[in-house]
Amino acid sequence: MILKLENVRKSYLEPNGEKLPILDVEHFSLGRGEQVVLQGRSGCGKTTLLNCLAGLTTVDEGSITINGHDIVRLPEVSRDRFRALHIGFVFQTFNLLQGFTALENVLLGMTFTGQKPDVSRAETLLDNVGLSHRLTHKPAALSVGEQQRVAVARALSNRPSLLLADEPTANIDPAHQQQVIDLLRDSCRRENIAMLLVTHSPEVSQQFERVETLEQVNRAVAGIAL
Amino acid sequence: MNFWKIAWRNIEQRALASSLTGLSMALGVALMILVIVIHDVTVDQFENDAEGYHLIVGGSKGGDMQLVMTTVYHLGKPLYPIPYSYYKRFVDGDFAPYVQAAVPYCLGDSFHHEDFQFRVVATSADLFNKISYGTYDDGSDKRYEFLSGGSFHDGHFFEAVIGSTVARQTGLGVGDTFQPTHGISTRGDKHQDFTIVGVLAPTGTANDRALFANLEGFYLLEGHALAPEEESASPTAISSDHTDHHHVDSSDPNRGMQPLPEDQREVTSILVVCKDSFGAMILDNKINKGKDRVAQAVAPREVVTRLLDGIVGPVRVVLLVLTTLIIIVAGISILVSIYNSMSERSQDIAVMRALGASRTAVMAIILVESILLSLMSGIVGVLLGHAVLGLAGPVVEAQAGVVLKFWQFNWQEGLLVPGLVAFASLVGFLPALTAYRTDVAKTLGSGR
Repeated sequence: MILKLENVRKSYLEPNGEKLPILDVEHFSLGRGEQVVLQGRSGCGKTTLLNCLAGLTTVDEGSITINGHDIVRLPEVSRDRFRALHIGFVFQTFNLLQGFTALENVLLGMTFTGQKPDVSRAETLLDNVGLSHRLTHKPAALSVGEQQRVAVARALSNRPSLLLADEPTANIDPAHQQQVIDLLRDSCRRENIAMLLVTHSPEVSQQFERVETLEQVNRAVAGIAL
Repeated sequence: MNFWKIAWRNIEQRALASSLTGLSMALGVALMILVIVIHDVTVDQFENDAEGYHLIVGGSKGGDMQLVMTTVYHLGKPLYPIPYSYYKRFVDGDFAPYVQAAVPYCLGDSFHHEDFQFRVVATSADLFNKISYGTYDDGSDKRYEFLSGGSFHDGHFFEAVIGSTVARQTGLGVGDTFQPTHGISTRGDKHQDFTIVGVLAPTGTANDRALFANLEGFYLLEGHALAPEEESASPTAISSDHTDHHHVDSSDPNRGMQPLPEDQREVTSILVVCKDSFGAMILDNKINKGKDRVAQAVAPREVVTRLLDGIVGPVRVVLLVLTTLIIIVAGISILVSIYNSMSERSQDIAVMRALGASRTAVMAIILVESILLSLMSGIVGVLLGHAVLGLAGPVVEAQAGVVLKFWQFNWQEGLLVPGLVAFASLVGFLPALTAYRTDVAKTLGSGR
């Protein structure tokens, strides 16, 4: 098991001082190399769940075990390092740093692991996503599809155990959406990386063997005013 | 990718703002370099000018500062003169046992050429032969050397030696003549002309801007002789300008004149080289604490130090404070520039955090950016400051005699680097703290 959530609860404080439960997951798990789609209506806590899994947001209670480490118990600095080493992140808006070239954006993903960035791996990853001729291009000089491919290469740069993808095709035209999905699935398969992919797209969901709906996973959804 | 490269990319991304803020800091640093180096060069110059002799002896009516300014720097109105007999005490009188060399100065005349005014110093050849103008780094004396010609010839009263700056600015050279003006005003009467027999090599002292007339000729000029004492009036002292009108040989370099009797002579000041510093102390005591005090002796170095500490030092402090303020303002502009960019960079910071950067890592990146920008500005400022020194050097040297070179460095410049690093850390702290506090989930657009 690469990911296991047990009794994870997270709530936000409302302006009136009341707590609004946003996550209440009794159990959720992901096997090594497994690829799962998580779908749900807007505002039902998908992104919050991903942030909690990445250790970017702390939970109120429960445990999130990734690769045998309960990240809830880790101090923030260790959680940051753990994230750098074990978790890859692909964002809806790519989030490439505009001042950096494609190669540098991938190298940036390796910068915070405490190890020397592996330039040849970064080049190989960009080659794998078909961008070997775009290494020195900055994001503004890349197409939207190319930018997302750089983001995928960056997410894979540290050979993570778990890849979190937050609607990675939402900003891509339909013609290129499938390319990105194929790229993600193939890359994760090749490196035996578990993937949790959040999407609204039925076309994307239907390609996965396991599709979870957050309304079923998250007991707090019923209480959220949608 | 290390933090330096990430910081550099951030600076690159805001190239215009970074350049402008960096330039303002570079200008501040350049100004500080100029203040530090020019002050040091000026102080060295002032101190060097007063090297080569232990004491300056001059009239007791007047301050020691005035005595030094007129004698060493050829500035201001000379003190009331002292009798020639007093000078003779250094040559063969009661002061002589302590004295290695005593060079008389008669001041008060000037030479005007176009917009330039130079002082005429009447002295003896001993100035060039027996006195140095400072010491080299190895401790050896700096002796006067001649670019052309040489010192006064024995028995040739109307000869002169000119400083290198005078030669350059007037075009005068060996064989040319000039007429000193009586007094330091342009309205003074013109004296008889002197023939230039030597041009001094540059000394980097005020003497580069002076003309040195033979003392014997100076005494024979109109208005420079005291009225003769009746009982000692010399039969050779003739008329007002001591010319033997009965027989003037045109080949006579002295124009038929005889030396002025000693009782009709005065000197403005005397440069005294003592045999040792102990002798200087004794002489200082004898001259300054004698009952009939007709003269004063000053150690020029002490007076110069007092002058520098009293006037130049505070001016330097004021200038340094001003330039420091300029750098602080420039530093604040760096702070504002980085701080204002924080909102647009919060996304990048959040992405780095999502990639595993700790809070302290993103804080460090912002600090490194501030340090890098300040360091680069500092280096540009140092180069700019020295470039100005190098470019302005020839002009300043020609106008003021102060020698400025591109490579004149001061140890205090070495403090600028760690100083700038510390300052940049301080300046970068506020935006770095903003980076530290960035809410990653919110910035990345967390929903529910």
